[in-house]
Amino acid sequence: MALPVMTRILEIWPESRRVRTFVFDLELPTAQPGQFVMLWLPGVDEKPMSIAWPAPLTITVKRLGPFSTALHEASRGERLGVRGPFGRGFSLREDRPALLVGGGYGVPPLYFLAARAVERAIPTIVAIGARRAGELLYLDRFRALGVEPLLATDDGSAGEKGTVLDLLHRRATLYPAPVLYACGPEPMLVALLRFGQEHGLDGQFSVERYMKCGFGICGQCALDGLLVCQDGPVLTGEQLQAARDFGRFRRNATGRKLPVR
Amino acid sequence: MLSPDLSTTLCGVRLPNPTVLASGILGLSHEVMIRVAEAGAGAVTTKSISLAPRDGYHNPVILEWGGGLINAVGLSNPGVEVMVGEIRAARKGLAPLGVPLIASIFADTIYDFGTLARYVSEAAPDLIEINVSCPNVDDQYLRMFAADPYVTAQVVRMVKRNTAIPVLVKLSPNVTDIVRIAQAAVEAGADGITAVNSLGPGLILDIETGRPILSHGTGGVSGPAMRPIAVRCVRDICRAVRAPVVATGGVTDGRDAVEMMLVGATAVGIGSAVYYGGMGVFGQICAGLRDYMQRHSYSRLEEFRGRVI
Repeated sequence: MALPVMTRILEIWPESRRVRTFVFDLELPTAQPGQFVMLWLPGVDEKPMSIAWPAPLTITVKRLGPFSTALHEASRGERLGVRGPFGRGFSLREDRPALLVGGGYGVPPLYFLAARAVERAIPTIVAIGARRAGELLYLDRFRALGVEPLLATDDGSAGEKGTVLDLLHRRATLYPAPVLYACGPEPMLVALLRFGQEHGLDGQFSVERYMKCGFGICGQCALDGLLVCQDGPVLTGEQLQAARDFGRFRRNATGRKLPVR
Repeated sequence: MLSPDLSTTLCGVRLPNPTVLASGILGLSHEVMIRVAEAGAGAVTTKSISLAPRDGYHNPVILEWGGGLINAVGLSNPGVEVMVGEIRAARKGLAPLGVPLIASIFADTIYDFGTLARYVSEAAPDLIEINVSCPNVDDQYLRMFAADPYVTAQVVRMVKRNTAIPVLVKLSPNVTDIVRIAQAAVEAGADGITAVNSLGPGLILDIETGRPILSHGTGGVSGPAMRPIAVRCVRDICRAVRAPVVATGGVTDGRDAVEMMLVGATAVGIGSAVYYGGMGVFGQICAGLRDYMQRHSYSRLEEFRGRVI
C-alpha cells in the first residue's frame, strides 16, 4: 500500500525569516540522504520535500508559494500525510573525501548526508552559501557533528564575501579529489557541475522539478529523458552533462517548459 | 524453433510487438517516450492533448491503494502547440526503432475534436486516439462523451473529416452497454478501438481526517483490480465488431497479455504496470508472450488471437 501515512507535526523551529523546520511524529528508518517524501497538506496540495533527517522525519521549508505558505501557517499537532521515501539519493563513496556544497534551502538534506559521512569516518568538508548571514542554515547542527562549515554570503555578512563557488575556486588546490555532493539553486548546481569538470571531480547533484506522482509514471518531472522523481532527484555529473534542459528549462503544472531562473 | 514473431499490424501500422504505452503514462516529453520505446514498447501514446494548456488538479493526483492505482490528474498537458513539437521530435527518435506513435486527443466539444485532429495531424503521428472516456472531468463537462453512442459517433465523424490518419477511439467501461458504443464508433468510421479507460470513478478516503485523498475527490481506478472487467469488455467488443482492439486495463505480465489476445485483442495497452515493473515491464511482457508461444508452438500472434471469442 502506498497511501499517505498520516502523521502530526511534533515541533516547528524557525530557522530564518522565511525558513522553518518541521519535525513529524513519524520515523522513516530506511530513508537515504537525498531522497524525498511527498508531503500532503489535506485540502491544500502535496509537494516533494527533501528529507533533512529520517527519524523523526524532519524537513526544512522555505516560504515560496501557496503550499509552503500554508505549511508555515500550520501549528503543532496539525495532521499531514506522507508518501515515500521516494527517489534515488546520494551514494556516499567510502574511499574518497566528501565535499558537500549547499546553497540556500538546499542545505538541510546535506546535513543528513554529512551525518552519514561522519558516521563512516569519511573526511568531510561542508561549504555553505546564502545571500546573508541570517539565511545560512543548519550551522549549529553541522558543528554538532564536528564539521565546521566554510561559509560564503553575497553581502559578506558572514564567512567570505561572494558565492560558495568563489569560495571553492579559492581553495580548489586544497582538495585531494573529493566527491562533490551538492544541493541548492539550479544556477549554483550548473556552476558546480562546471567546477567539477574543471577539477576532475565526480559529482552528485540534487535536482528539483515539478512532480505529480512521485513514483515514475506521470512523466511530469521529465528532465530530457530522465525522470527526476525516480532516476533522481540526485543525478550524477555525467547524467546532467547529457541533459540539455539542465540549467535551462523546468516544467510547470501543464508540462510546458519555462526558463530556469 | 525460431523465436516467435511478436510483430502485429494495427490499423495498417506495423508494431514490432503488441505492447502499447497507454495514454497518460510518461507520454509528455519526447525523450521519455523514446526511452520507453528503447525499453521495449511496441508503440507509445502521448498524454491526452487539448487545444489549450491544462494545469490539471492539485496533488495528490495518483495513488497506489493496494489493488491498483487511482488517479484524477485532470488531463494536464501543455496544449497542442507544444505537443506538436514533442510528437515531431519523438517520431524522429522512434522511427529508427520502428516504433509508431499514437497521439491521444481530448476536447470538450465535438467541434474542438475536429480542430485538434487537424492540428496534431501536422506532426504526422502514426495513429490518433480519441479520448472520450476520461472519468474525471464529468463535473466539468456534464457527462463523458463515451457514455453515449450517438455523441461518440459524432466525435468520430468530426475527427475523421479532419484527418487522413487512422483513428482509435478509447472507450469507457463505465457504461451499461460498451458494445453498442463500439459499434456506433466503428460505423462512424473509427479504424480501431482502445478498450478500456479507467474504471469508476472510485473514492478513497483518509480515515483519520475523513477527507478524500485525491484532491479531485474521486478518480479512475486502474491496474490489476480492473483487469477482469477489461478482459470481459474486450471480449464483448471483439465478438461484435471487426475493428482491431487495443486491450487496456490491468495488464501487468505476459499471462495477462495472452489473455487479452485470446479474447481477440490486436495489441495490449500498458499503463499502471509501469508502476509495478518500471519501463522494463514492456520487455518482461514480451518475454512472457514469447514463452507462451513457444510452449504452444505458435510462431505468430495470429495463430492464437481471438481463439476464445
